[in-house]
Amino acid sequence: MDVVLGIRLKDCTLIATSKSVTRGISVLKEDDDKTRILNEHNLIAFTGEAGDTVQFAEYIQANIQLYSMRENDIELSPKATASFVRNQLATSLRTRKPYQVNVLIGGFDTKTGKPTLNYIDYIGTQAILPYAAHGYAAFYCMSLLDKHYRPEMELNDGLKLLEMSIKELQTRMPMDFKGVIVKVIDKEGIRKIDV
Amino acid sequence: MSRRYDSRTTIFSPEGRLYQVEYAQEAISQAGTAIGILTTEGVVLACEKKITSKLLDNDGTAEKLYIINDSMIAAVAGMTSDASILVNNARVYGQQYLKTYNESVPCEMLIKKICDIKQGYTQHGGLRPFGVSFIYAGYDDRYEFQLFTSNPSGNYSGWKATSIGANNSAAQTLLKKDYKDDLTLKQGCELAIKILSKTMDSSNLNSEKVEFATLSKGKDGKIIRKIWSDKDIDLLIKETGVLDAKDDE
Repeated sequence: MDVVLGIRLKDCTLIATSKSVTRGISVLKEDDDKTRILNEHNLIAFTGEAGDTVQFAEYIQANIQLYSMRENDIELSPKATASFVRNQLATSLRTRKPYQVNVLIGGFDTKTGKPTLNYIDYIGTQAILPYAAHGYAAFYCMSLLDKHYRPEMELNDGLKLLEMSIKELQTRMPMDFKGVIVKVIDKEGIRKIDV
Repeated sequence: MSRRYDSRTTIFSPEGRLYQVEYAQEAISQAGTAIGILTTEGVVLACEKKITSKLLDNDGTAEKLYIINDSMIAAVAGMTSDASILVNNARVYGQQYLKTYNESVPCEMLIKKICDIKQGYTQHGGLRPFGVSFIYAGYDDRYEFQLFTSNPSGNYSGWKATSIGANNSAAQTLLKKDYKDDLTLKQGCELAIKILSKTMDSSNLNSEKVEFATLSKGKDGKIIRKIWSDKDIDLLIKETGVLDAKDDE
């Protein structure tokens, strides 16, 4: 019951992931980071089968970094990154044991100067969205985001909207997910925000 | 003495040379000339067709110019049969990249891939190297219009204007003299025709002996790859007036 949330704002993308790791009825960890930095302007946030998630995210991370090493430090665009991840998941789906991982990719396209948010699930569905969530979080947050989201929102408004979403989740979800880690992707790169 | 080191592609001679690779390069310098010119508005490729016979049933498609993908054209000098293997490889790789990344392959990446294949035959296998040099005209959003050449050794390099094949040093000298950084596509085409008219053996230049291609950007920002029809080539030759100039001499 991980929370993975993403909101694309006017000139940055917000990604929030829950800090808890649970197994059965136990909470194993309460400061987990469910994101990996792919390159300077791309962040992957993941949820799904324990074990598969980190393995997959780090495999993607390694490949995106290998690309930049081979290509004279040129970084892959958010669109290309998302397409690559989708391709990997779609390939994996057709093997004996597919990765059961759903991801959000927050990016900033340095060419067009626009932030992006990509939703990709383990079946290989890819969509560019203004806001997105995986798992149970999606059920509770979509209506809220539908009502309050504006494409021209600044970082502050975005954080307020995110706070509302988290509050809703905390009141409605049956378990404590130990709060969220929030990261921002903008033209300066990727940074963590304290909430 | 050197014969002992000729037969295998993978063996260095005592002077530290790879004879088979050098022979392949020699074979190319006998082949029809191909020249490429980079301009501010696009890239020009022009080739000399060596074999022309009245009996040859040509369906009008170019023999030495190949479309690699949406944003690249290659001109060939050397063995056409070897070239088609590499061109096929390039096309497959181009589509593979498009499939995984949903973006057109960066020019240099594709060229590097083809050169890796070429290099492989200079090191292992004991087979002969590919007897082809290419001139690639390409566009990508990293470096915009680009011009590259590659040779049988697997080396490649980027150019503003270059030539391969027969008389390439003469063509290169002429290019060095007449190339300007602010050339328009039209001026580039004219320069290409002018240089071909000087480096080719035959006196009267016409569409039967020349193949021509341009890569440019349309009004909508789309890349236009054009392999010219005989009619257009003849028109360009006429406009350039290289035939008239010949008469004066």
